[in-house]
This record gives sequence, C-alpha cells and structure tokens, in this order.
Amino acid sequence: MTWGFRVPRQVWVAVVGVGLLSALAWVATQSGPLAPIPVTVTPVVRADVAPALFGIGTVEARRAYVIGPTAAGRVRRVLVDVGDSVTAGQLLAEMEPVDLDARVTATAAAAERGRSAVAAADAQVRDAGSRHAWAATEARRTDALGAAGVVSQSAVDAARQAEQSAAAQLIAAEAAVAAARRDLARLEADIGGAQQQRSNLRLVAPVDGLVTARDVEPGSTVVAGQAVLRLEDPRSVWISVRLDQARSAGLGAGLTARITRRADPLTEVAGTVVRVEPISDAITEERIAKVAFDRPPDGVSSGEMAEVTLALPVVGDAVVVPNASLRHRGLQQGVWRYADGQLGFVPVTTGAEGLDGTVQILEGLQVGDLVVVYSERDLDDRSRVTVVPAIRGVAP
Amino acid sequence: MISLAGRDILHSWSKFALTGLGLGLLIGVTFTMAGVYRGMVDDAKVLLNNSGADLWVVQKDTLGPYAEPSSVHDDIYRGLLGFPGIAQAANVTYLTMQVRRGERDVRAMVVGFVPGGPGEPRYLIAGRRVTRSHYEAVADLSAGFAVGDRIRIRRHEYTVVGVTRRMVSSGGDPMVFIPLKDAQEAQFLKDNDAIVNERARTANNPALNRPGVPGLLGAIEASQTSGRTVNAVLVRVASGHSPDRVAAELRRWKHVQAFTRAQMEDILVAKLIATASRQIGMFLVILTIVSAAIVAFIIYTMTLGKIREIAVLKLIGTHNSTIASMILQQALGLGVIGFVVGKIAATIWGPAFPRYVLLEPWDAVIGFVLVMLVCVLASTLAIRAALRVDPAAAIGG
Repeated sequence: MTWGFRVPRQVWVAVVGVGLLSALAWVATQSGPLAPIPVTVTPVVRADVAPALFGIGTVEARRAYVIGPTAAGRVRRVLVDVGDSVTAGQLLAEMEPVDLDARVTATAAAAERGRSAVAAADAQVRDAGSRHAWAATEARRTDALGAAGVVSQSAVDAARQAEQSAAAQLIAAEAAVAAARRDLARLEADIGGAQQQRSNLRLVAPVDGLVTARDVEPGSTVVAGQAVLRLEDPRSVWISVRLDQARSAGLGAGLTARITRRADPLTEVAGTVVRVEPISDAITEERIAKVAFDRPPDGVSSGEMAEVTLALPVVGDAVVVPNASLRHRGLQQGVWRYADGQLGFVPVTTGAEGLDGTVQILEGLQVGDLVVVYSERDLDDRSRVTVVPAIRGVAP
Repeated sequence: MISLAGRDILHSWSKFALTGLGLGLLIGVTFTMAGVYRGMVDDAKVLLNNSGADLWVVQKDTLGPYAEPSSVHDDIYRGLLGFPGIAQAANVTYLTMQVRRGERDVRAMVVGFVPGGPGEPRYLIAGRRVTRSHYEAVADLSAGFAVGDRIRIRRHEYTVVGVTRRMVSSGGDPMVFIPLKDAQEAQFLKDNDAIVNERARTANNPALNRPGVPGLLGAIEASQTSGRTVNAVLVRVASGHSPDRVAAELRRWKHVQAFTRAQMEDILVAKLIATASRQIGMFLVILTIVSAAIVAFIIYTMTLGKIREIAVLKLIGTHNSTIASMILQQALGLGVIGFVVGKIAATIWGPAFPRYVLLEPWDAVIGFVLVMLVCVLASTLAIRAALRVDPAAAIGG
C-alpha cells in the first residue's frame, strides 16, 4: 500500500501500545468485580392492584351416600352398576335372607291358626249361648211347674243350677274368644316384624343419584355398616380448595372464583366460595374453602384436581412497584432507590400483591421515585451501577 | 541516549508483537485456569449468600444439605421460631434432577423455598417473583429457560415467571426455585405406577386390609403418599445474637445439627469442591512452569538470533551492562505485552465458559508480578549467552 507519506514505525508501535493499554483499562474496569453492576430501574407509579388468592383443590360431591346393610350378612344380588343413575326408592341390592322367608311363612301360618282358634272359640260361645238359653227356658218352666206343685223342689233346684252353670260356661267361652283374638293380634304383629326384617335386607336408593362405586359382589359377606354401593348427587359437586395460610388473607364466602380443571386446562369456569371451613389443616398449614361451580361442567368427576384463583377486591390507585424490586437486607424488606447515579436502600411496608407481580407500597416510597428492578449481581451500599434497558442475556 | 532495546524492537517490531501475542494467549489460559478455580469457590460463596441465612439447621450428624443428604421434619421450624435469638426460619428442600422443557431436559437443582423467607432468590434479572403458592418457578439463566416457558418437574408443569443469575449448585447445576409444597411433593411423591403398585401391595396385606375395619386401608394409603420432611431449615438470627451461640444451643437442645455461615463455607470449599480445586490447582502450577519455560526459550532464541549484532556492539566497545539491560528491557516488554494480551483474552473468553470464571483484580496483580519475575529470570539465560559472545564473531565466519 502506498500513501503519499510514510508513517514512521514509532507511530505504529505507539498506536498499538496505546490501543492495548486502553483495552486493558477497559477490561479492568468494565468486567470483573470492579465493573459497575448493570441494573434496570422503573419509576414508582400509581396503579390498581388486583390481589387474588390461589389454591388447588379436589372436586368432590357435597352429598355422598354409602349404602350398606344394618346387620352382617351375605349379599344376595346387586342390581345396579357404577355409572347408573338411580331414583329415590329404587331397589339397588339385596342381602341374603337366610331363614327370614321361612319365618315369615311360619308366622303367617301361625296367624292363620290363630284365626281358626278365634273361629272355634266363637262357635263355642254360640254353643254355650244356646245351652244357656235352653237352660234358662228349662229353669223358668221347672219354676212354674214347681209353683203348681207338679214337680219336686229338687227338680226346680236342679234346673236352676243347670241354668247358672250354662251362664258360667258362656262367660268362659266369651273369655276364650277374647284370648284367641289377642293371640291372633300377636301373631299378626309377628308377621309385620318378620316382613320388616325381610324388607330391611333390601338396599334402596335414599335419593336420586349416580352410582359411583360398587364395592362388593353377590356372595360376599359384609359387616354392618360396610359399603355395598356408593351414591352421589351429581348436581352437588363442589371443590374443596386448600390455600396456604400465609397467603389467605381476605378469604371469605362469596368471593368469585376462576376454576381450571386439570382434566381440561384450557377452559376456565366460574365459581363462588360457598363456605370457608371453620377448621384449618394444622399439619399442612392450609385453610380449606368450598367452591361451588356456577354451572357444573360436563364430565366433571370426583377426585379431580382443580386450580382455583379467588379474586379479592381491587385496591384502586395504589402506589405500586414490581415485586422483583423488593429486596431483603438482613431482616429488613425494602427497595434500592436510584437517584442521581446513587443507590440507597429504603425500607418499605407492602400491602396488596397482585398475581401479576405488582405490589402496593404503603410506606417508604413516593410516586416518581426510581427503584432498581433487576440487577446483574446482588447490590450493597457501595455498589456502583449503570442503568441498562435489560440485563445481558435476557431479551428486553 | 539512544534506547538500544527500543531500536531493536522497532527494527523487527512485527516479530516482537506476534511473539508477545502468542505469549499473551498462553498467559491468558493461565489466568483463565485461575479464574475457573476462583469461580468455583465464588459459586459456593454465592450459593450461601443467596440463601440469605445465618444458620443451616440440618439432620443430626450430617453435613447437609449440600454436602450430604439431610432430612428433618417440616414442622421443626415452628419450634425453632420460638427459640431465643431466632428471627426467621424457613424450610427448604434441594433436589438435583432433570427438568424437562419440551423435548429437551436440563440438569438442575430444584429448590423448594418459602416465599418471603430465607432461601428465596435474592434478586432477579427478568420476570417477577412467585405470587402463586403452586406451579410457578424461578429459574437460573444458565438453565436456558425464559420467562413464560412451561417446564416439567416430576408430575406437574410449572410456568417460569422469573429468571435469576449465578444461582448454581456447588456442582454448577442451575437452580430452579419452586414453592416448598410442590418441591416436597416432587421429592417424596412417587410416580403413578409406583403409587398404584404400592396400593395393591398394601391392599393385599391382610393385616392392613381387614374386613371388619372398613376405613383402615384408606387411612394407610393416605399416610403412605405424604412426605412431611424437608432437607434443611434456614435461619436468620435476630440482631444482637451471635450465630455461633444460637447454633451451639440448637445443637445442644434440639437434636439437630446447626452450621453457621463460616462452617458452611468450610464444608463447601474444603470438602465439596476440594478435589476439583486441587485438580485445577495442579494444572495451574504446571501451566505456570510451562509458561515460564516458554518465555525463557523465546527470549533466549531471540537473543541468539541477533548474536552477530551483539558481537558488533561489543566490538565497538559497548558496555556489558548496556547489552544486558537491552535484553532485560526486551524481556520485560515481552512480558508486559503478554500480560496485557492475556488479561484481555481471558476477559473475552471467560464468559463463554459454562461455569462462572472469576478474574480477580488481585490475581491479575500477582500474575503481573509473576510474569515480570519469570521474564527477569528467563532473560538471565539470554544475558549470559550474550555476554559470552566473542566480539570477533562479528567479523568472523
């Protein structure tokens, strides 16, 4: 290459030397521990904070029924299967009656016999009545004849005695009828008892519902109270939501909920907090709330997992910062305020926090203050910083 | 007075510059090696700094949670909060595992933390802090996740909401922070197949599945699938209390092991990364010796290359000291160029390393002194050769 003049070699050396030294100086001050820390800052602004609570829960039926026998026994037949809809009063299953049917027959036969006994006693009353009537007539006639002196006094006395005896027999027969009737009533009550015992072995649906489990099959022996079938009222599904106690301030009945089921993560359905359980979980440190669907989605199943976001009242026109700007220094929470190239740690008191990461500042900052949001390294009082639009390595 | 060394350098300055550049690259490698070692130690310190804890409470007789597995019950922190001198206590879990994003998986240390407590990432470089108590994650930049990514940890999908920097485990794996309850589940809840198998096994045990006690089986199954332990409890000591004293009291009364910041640093630096750092240290020593030897040989051959000119100088009656200082100045100049180039090169390629490379200014100063010392020593060899040359060689052969 030819220029009009010749650059002295010393100049080249000097240029290279100066270049190297300035590169060294740049390297020493712009990288490593001596370099200023790149930070991003944002002004403190006024905005609405939409706080919300977030919890996960399981779908469950508010009313679930366990259908089982009241006494131990063997299952004779089960008439419905899981998924069947049943109506109130429908026979679902039956227990083995063992000798109950025979006992019902026996008591019925005994009652029949009782009825016959009543009839026999009735006949005896009629027989005694007619005997008494005849004896009375005989006595009156003998009396008349005795007064006329036709028959002896002894005959008159005999006729009177016969009449009294017949009257006594009539009373005895009537008493026998009453006894037979009471016996019959007892035997008929026995029939009722045996039939009720028999009908107790029939397991019927207490309400309209859906069969959710068929726990035993015919032939199995179950104990008293053990489930044979389980029913649920499908219209009563709700979600039992567990919320971290530390993040449950403001939880109460009536809050609106957005529900995302794990089975259908792309659809969000609406719901309402029906009840906050008076007892929290002491072990997991969670509060439990029941959230009802405004309209239960199709195909929802018990035990399904759901994410529930509860909207709390919006805090309007609050002083807010991004939650990424909150730092801890020792036990103190605060932010790094940036003013005139200098950093200062300002302790703050925070209020509501939105799920989008905005935090209300109750105390410590003014609108318009600049605060550090992101920093490439941890900051302290002696940190030198340089403000950048975004930290290196991260898309702005 | 004319600078002999300067004139000689100007005479063959391109050769000199290229030699300096080559030497500089070699010195740069040495600096980087030192930086890798410093980076490992610094990673360990940053790991401790970022947890923001004064004390680590772990299982008795273990060096947990980083150097050894440790497990303590997760309700122990309540007892600790009531202990005099303790201002904050928060559970934390650590689990190194593969974290999936789409097709790719990244080896990461999953940290379960209590939002607002010690153990939370201290600063972010993008995104926001976790606001939901489930299924949100803050990931380290080196994991390659961005805000909005969906990542899979065991059973659940998490949304990355924030990005941190330099949050790595002592092994260099990036950290992924998730809420404590999710982390406990990830650590202790098995996969579905294992749960189903376990249920079947329990159901087949006649002692646990008794016909006369209908609810027993369900209760046992529920108790099998809950994990109620954490790896450590991080403690912040109230102002005015000495962490050492509080740690001693905890060890004495609470049936736990408690480490202070200094003890933890000792465990991490002296035990966990000791072998790796010795490995690098050995390499560093060899590299330094090799660099010194190369500098010596370069200067020696440079001197031999101009032995005739030196003979001429001697012939015209130049002092030996002048010749010696010329060679020494050249050697030192070469050293300065090498140092500058090495420092710049190390700074440029340092960030490209997968693990953090820390180039300490104090290391650079020591390095500079060492380079100069080596150059002086190396030049003595060349000076000896130069002084021994016979002035007659200038006109002979």
